[in-house]
Amino acid sequence: MRRNHKLVGFILFLVISTMFIVSPVLAGSAADTSAMPGDHVWWFWPLILLVVTFIMGIVAVLAGVGGGVLFVPIISGFFPFHLDFVRGTGLLVALSGALAAGPGLLKANLASIRLAIPVALIASTCAIAGAMIGLALPTNVVQICLGGTILGICILMLTAKKSVLPEVPKADKLSSILKIYGVYREESTGETINWKVHRTPLGLCLFVIIGFMAGMFGLGAGWANVPVLNLLMGAPLKISVATSKFLLSITDTSAAWIYMNKGCVIPMMVVPSLVGIMLGSFVGVRILKVVKPAAVRWIVIGILAFAGLKALSKGLGLGF
Amino acid sequence: MSDNQNASIEATPEQVLYANILAKGMLIGLIILFITFAIYAFGIMKPYIPLDQVSSLWTTNVGDYLHNANIKPGWAWVGMLQYGDFLNFIGIAVLAGVTIVCYIGIIPSLLRSKDTIFVIIAILEVIVLSVAASGILGAGGH
Repeated sequence: MRRNHKLVGFILFLVISTMFIVSPVLAGSAADTSAMPGDHVWWFWPLILLVVTFIMGIVAVLAGVGGGVLFVPIISGFFPFHLDFVRGTGLLVALSGALAAGPGLLKANLASIRLAIPVALIASTCAIAGAMIGLALPTNVVQICLGGTILGICILMLTAKKSVLPEVPKADKLSSILKIYGVYREESTGETINWKVHRTPLGLCLFVIIGFMAGMFGLGAGWANVPVLNLLMGAPLKISVATSKFLLSITDTSAAWIYMNKGCVIPMMVVPSLVGIMLGSFVGVRILKVVKPAAVRWIVIGILAFAGLKALSKGLGLGF
Repeated sequence: MSDNQNASIEATPEQVLYANILAKGMLIGLIILFITFAIYAFGIMKPYIPLDQVSSLWTTNVGDYLHNANIKPGWAWVGMLQYGDFLNFIGIAVLAGVTIVCYIGIIPSLLRSKDTIFVIIAILEVIVLSVAASGILGAGGH
């Protein structure tokens, strides 16, 4: 317990000290983004990105969220980068995390290719539409929508329940035709669990919205994938989390290409962010093996809520 | 016996195949990305946009960025690989393209198992991702 408090304190210290270190330049960046960046040596912002995404990687693992959902609101809210490039980078960050996790999850039979493939076709197609519309809309409109979405994610994180093994009395017709079912071994109990899904048509419809939002905001979509797969369609929690992670590798691929072809990818932003998130995730997993700090989730919700309000205020031109 | 009792605890052959292609592609993409970024950041190859000018461009929207830096969107980067910054797009393209290769890779396996519905879905996915990658949906910022 004491260890948990120390860890939470350490993470809070990291987050707050980082905010303080960069806040003078960030405060300026919000007011006059064009003047600030040139005041530093070229490696200043990439280094700051590396440090912040490293912390983000740790926090994301401890809070059980994807890196992408933290990256876009925080980096677009507190850094001088334009939202177009933040979304392009955010998608590549989420994509790389999903690509790295995918092979292991597929081989362990936790991510189900039969569950992912039909869902991915809908989500990736809609992600293209989301990306194109998101890039065509004025930035302030996207900022307002992003702010609203982030606040919605906070509410979802606060209220959504999870079901380790949802009750699925009968597989629906569509999932039976598509043979969406499987078996996995629950390592903690040694039990072999047969799973199937229901309400597939409604689940597929919701992935229209999820894919669209993933493309529009470059957020990744684990925050929405898991509740739909787990609570609505009735896939076990482990299968839902693993399949969601794998699914991102397909959904984000389609949107990432749109952002890349539109010119929204700047290597000097992408690579430090990727390295930072990956190293942070690596450290985060090691910390997670020692302690499970529930309070970190509250910190993340607090930071996201702040970033959501910041995006709203930017979009509305309130200067908060 | 219900359908799901026919399922195996082991991953299906196409799932393992997909995982193997994904693992290799991801690794190749990341290695290329890190090497090319080192070439770029250490100035081994001259960048198109000087390093000290990058930060003045990423504050504007993508349309202004492309205009101010005189960069063409889409696949124009392929013709600019002599510059350190554009060299990085090779690794990024590999990472963004590996999923398409994975899908193409599992189609023969799905065909062998006469999984017609999934063959069709996989082909459709390849088409969707290829269209996104091609740039025909419109390149260039707002």
